[in-house]
Amino acid sequence: MAEGELLRKERLDRGIKVRTEGIYALSSWRELGYLTFPRLALIVGLLALPLLLKNPYWQRVISIVLIYSFLAMGFDFLAHFVGLVSLGGAFFIGTGGYLAAIFNTKLGLPIFLDIPAATLAGGLLCSLLLLPCLPLRGVYFAIVTLMYPLAAARIIEALNILGGTDGILGVQSFPNRWVEQYLLILLALGLHFGLRRFVHTDLGVVLRAVKDNDQAVRASGIDITRHKALAVLVTSFMGCLGGAVLVHIYMWAGISQFALDFSIIPIAATVVGGGGTVTGPLLGCLLLVPISEVLRSFGTLRIAFYSLILVGFTIFRSEGLLPYFQRKYHQFERWVRV
Amino acid sequence: MRGWGEDLLIPGDQLSLYAMEIIIYGIINSVALALTALGFTLVYGISRLPNFAHGALYVVTGFLTWEFVRRLALPYILGIGLALLIIALVGGLIYRFVLIRVRGMPISEIIASYGVGLAILEGLRWFGFKGLTYTLPTFVEGSIELVGVPVDGHRILTVILGTMVVGLLWAFTHFTRIGLALRGMAQDEQAAMMLGIDSDLMAVVAMSLGSALAGLAAVLLLPLGNIVVESGYNVLLLAIAVCIVGGLGSWVGALMAAFLIGFAQILTVVYIESHFQMVVALLAIIITLILRPSGLFGRQKELEERV
Repeated sequence: MAEGELLRKERLDRGIKVRTEGIYALSSWRELGYLTFPRLALIVGLLALPLLLKNPYWQRVISIVLIYSFLAMGFDFLAHFVGLVSLGGAFFIGTGGYLAAIFNTKLGLPIFLDIPAATLAGGLLCSLLLLPCLPLRGVYFAIVTLMYPLAAARIIEALNILGGTDGILGVQSFPNRWVEQYLLILLALGLHFGLRRFVHTDLGVVLRAVKDNDQAVRASGIDITRHKALAVLVTSFMGCLGGAVLVHIYMWAGISQFALDFSIIPIAATVVGGGGTVTGPLLGCLLLVPISEVLRSFGTLRIAFYSLILVGFTIFRSEGLLPYFQRKYHQFERWVRV
Repeated sequence: MRGWGEDLLIPGDQLSLYAMEIIIYGIINSVALALTALGFTLVYGISRLPNFAHGALYVVTGFLTWEFVRRLALPYILGIGLALLIIALVGGLIYRFVLIRVRGMPISEIIASYGVGLAILEGLRWFGFKGLTYTLPTFVEGSIELVGVPVDGHRILTVILGTMVVGLLWAFTHFTRIGLALRGMAQDEQAAMMLGIDSDLMAVVAMSLGSALAGLAAVLLLPLGNIVVESGYNVLLLAIAVCIVGGLGSWVGALMAAFLIGFAQILTVVYIESHFQMVVALLAIIITLILRPSGLFGRQKELEERV
């Protein structure tokens, strides 16, 4: 390179033909491979995780990661595709968890019956309770959803119902760790790809329109509250499913399932992974939850640590990691002479 | 926060005394609530910033004061003054380095300020500030009898000082240049900027002032109990409850709401159980938001807050 020669970095997008997910991708193996590689990497990577990890402690962490990912994907869906920022992830986990524990211990339902039952009942219950808040927008909806799990925990404590501060003990556990982990992995993959598909259906388009301009949607004669309720229902199902599985892993349902952890970590994961992608939150959970487990020996400092990550990402890299890597994957970079 | 009316005496037979007790402790509780909420509502009113680090700033002031007074053995007044100064600086720095970058994005503002608050609180807990050993001395010893109800001196002093703070704040925002600029920002940011008021500078001032008010609430209220990290979360919740019920950004509304929730809490303690104190505040938030998001005294902004 000669002295004084000016260079600049040029960025070129790969052709629209390879980036499109439509029919063009079928035109060559190369392009097919280019498109399927990231998706296959996620699927194979997740499926291989339980086989790769030998330590029972880390196997447990995988389950927790996936449960958080349900919440995180739900948060992302609600926040970036419907425009409702819900800070109350813990409410879904707690409701699903308590219901599953009651179904299992009081009604004697077997484990694979009480999880779907708790998911269904919990999802309906949560949506019903959140129904009056649906007209609220922006910061008001965020604050009211933040209050729901706190109120639920305090009410259980104050009324001393549902086992009070001791919680409900003696919940049945999974037959073995393979069932637990592969159930969660398959559910996570199913929910992930399902949600990604769902936001591109006609219904998903209406939901995204509600996010962009609810007045316009309303003017088109579409009932926005009904659509928001539907979206909240989907998210509550996901959260309650996570809660129902969680109590079977811990073999215990208690007030700590309404704790702020379940509201904060999914949001942090979404911010770190990249909102509006559904995949980002999943990756964010895979990254953040193990970090917080590594830091467990530092006690509460880990909460301080991940809240700092959260603040850092919100301020400095609000797009998140996934959109960043996506860009790198779709672009060539090279130096050219000016 | 510890229940304000928990050590209420309940004499069975004298009904009028009982009522007087509810009124007096209700007023004390209300002033305490108003003090905790004042900083939050000030910051929101001026810069539209929901400062979710409010509770953390409250607790930090408590620990700073403890550090100055107990460990460095400074005079009490000097310790309080230093702690308030530091906390005002911290508040200003939080705005200057964190919140300024997410200004105008309400959700990011909440997440960022809450993240800062969480980091401070959990960091404090890790550095060993836990347990029941952290107490501040009360300002005055002894108690007096007020229309037959024994009230300790510190609570009375709190009410007096609290009222004075509100009065001073009113005077400050009505008769000083900076105060008027702050009110200008609160009324119409665009117009205020056209008149040469620096929006960011005013937000820094508002955050500092709000933080100092949170700190002031801490030094007034904490001597009545222990300094614990958990109270940071409770103070934040109570402040939000008061501001939501009164209407976000409405100062008169916040004062009214403090009395509403304050008396509701005392009545709950007397007639139901002290466990329900927090439930009252939380339900007040939820119900107010559902029925009337802009609060009892806030300006209605129909399409902005609900559709």
